[in-house]
Amino acid sequence: MNKLLSINNLQKKYYTKTDEILAIKDLSFDLYDGEFMAIVGPSGCGKSTLLNILTNMDKLTNGNITYYKDNLKFGYMLQSDSMLDWKTIWENVILGLEIKKINTKENLDYVSKLLESYGLAEFKNCYPKELSGGMRQRVALIRTLALKPDVLVLDEPFSKLDYQSGLKVSDDVYKIIKQEKKTAIMVTHDLAQAISLSDRVITLTKRPCTIKNIYEIKRDKNLTPIENRKDKNFSYYYDLLWKDLTYEE
Amino acid sequence: MKSKEYLEYLKKEKRKKFFILTMQILILGVFIILWEVLSNKKIINPFLFSSPSRIIITIKNLYFNYHLIKHILTTLYEIFIAFTLGMILSFGVAILLYEFKTFNKIIDPYLTMLNSLPKVALGPLIIIIAGANTKSIIVMALLINLIVGIMSIYNGFNNIDSDLIMLFKTFRASKWDTLTKLIIPASSKSIIACLKLNIAQTLIGVIMGEFLVSQAGIGYLIIYGTQVFNLNMVMSGIVILIIISILLYEIVSLIEKKLVK
Repeated sequence: MNKLLSINNLQKKYYTKTDEILAIKDLSFDLYDGEFMAIVGPSGCGKSTLLNILTNMDKLTNGNITYYKDNLKFGYMLQSDSMLDWKTIWENVILGLEIKKINTKENLDYVSKLLESYGLAEFKNCYPKELSGGMRQRVALIRTLALKPDVLVLDEPFSKLDYQSGLKVSDDVYKIIKQEKKTAIMVTHDLAQAISLSDRVITLTKRPCTIKNIYEIKRDKNLTPIENRKDKNFSYYYDLLWKDLTYEE
Repeated sequence: MKSKEYLEYLKKEKRKKFFILTMQILILGVFIILWEVLSNKKIINPFLFSSPSRIIITIKNLYFNYHLIKHILTTLYEIFIAFTLGMILSFGVAILLYEFKTFNKIIDPYLTMLNSLPKVALGPLIIIIAGANTKSIIVMALLINLIVGIMSIYNGFNNIDSDLIMLFKTFRASKWDTLTKLIIPASSKSIIACLKLNIAQTLIGVIMGEFLVSQAGIGYLIIYGTQVFNLNMVMSGIVILIIISILLYEIVSLIEKKLVK
């Protein structure tokens, strides 16, 4: 697999009125094309900061990031579905295209096709409040995919859904990501979700954050996330991650 | 098919609503009748407290001999101008405050000061600067409705879901796009709510202005009535004012319903 990007000795400091905070001490890892990577860590350890730096929305203090592809495009998926409730589903989905002024016929057709493939075409003219939480998450994903990103960035996705819908939607979203052959990097605090969705899991320490371990998740066969939870190695990885997050100084 | 219990429930709700409406009308009716009777029997001083029948006669008299319509139109015109200007300015200033945080911080103590200052105190000054004319009245009304307008629209801007703002950041949206595609539509509710606040404030401002300086208007009628000790005229002015304010409020509510849908 090809490397998409490498993070080398990344460091991030924050400044507040009273203090200088070292959020990220030293981080290095690679992201490969087509993989699904999960990052887990204690809350407040700087996971979201890492994503913001990766996607160029925040500046790093030290270190560097090497991108192996020119104009590597990131697509951000947020915690909530963030629908604009005065716009229809269609208008919501093409929002990114509109803002970036690339709402060409070709791109709009692509979005229509996505909506169709994932069973949302008939809701085009509905308003977000008429859709279930799970459907809205799918709409949010399509809105992100509309910009044809190389890497999908998921910041604690589905954490605002109830447990069952969360499971269901992560299945749906996983399928879509795999079908569209996207690389994904996901931050989460849900260990089971991390193991069942991803190919690799990185565990982080408390602030100042460094890498604790990187696990390659091996399964008998790759199924849907819900099926993956029944894999015989699942609890083994769960234990490893659990220990990483709990037994730390 | 609705069940018997449900129909019973609906009936009960309807009856409750009917009862409330009846009581509301009854209170008004009793008040008017009591006022009329007490005044007629001279239990309360009819010269000071007037009476409903006297008010009707006075309004008729005002209509035929004192150009009542002209006074009403003058007040409405002033309200319209002050209200429209107030909305536009509040909206503009709220956007400035929201977009330019440093400007906001600089101007903050002055806004607080202006907010706590009783605007009527500025009345005499306004008259001297703007002249003894309609301009002064509108400035007075603006002074009163602006602060409330700015604050309520600005708070609406600040209450927008931070996830939505983050979403626009991930799209790297320009300030202009964020403003027009997110901030303004997302706070439409608070902007519309501001219409209602603003109409009430504008009314206060305009009447206050007319008390200070005017040749026409409902406020003028009230002040004139006081000066010539014609309390029937004063009461009539107040009644007309109440009717105007109810009508204006209803109009704004109608606009609100149309827009919110």
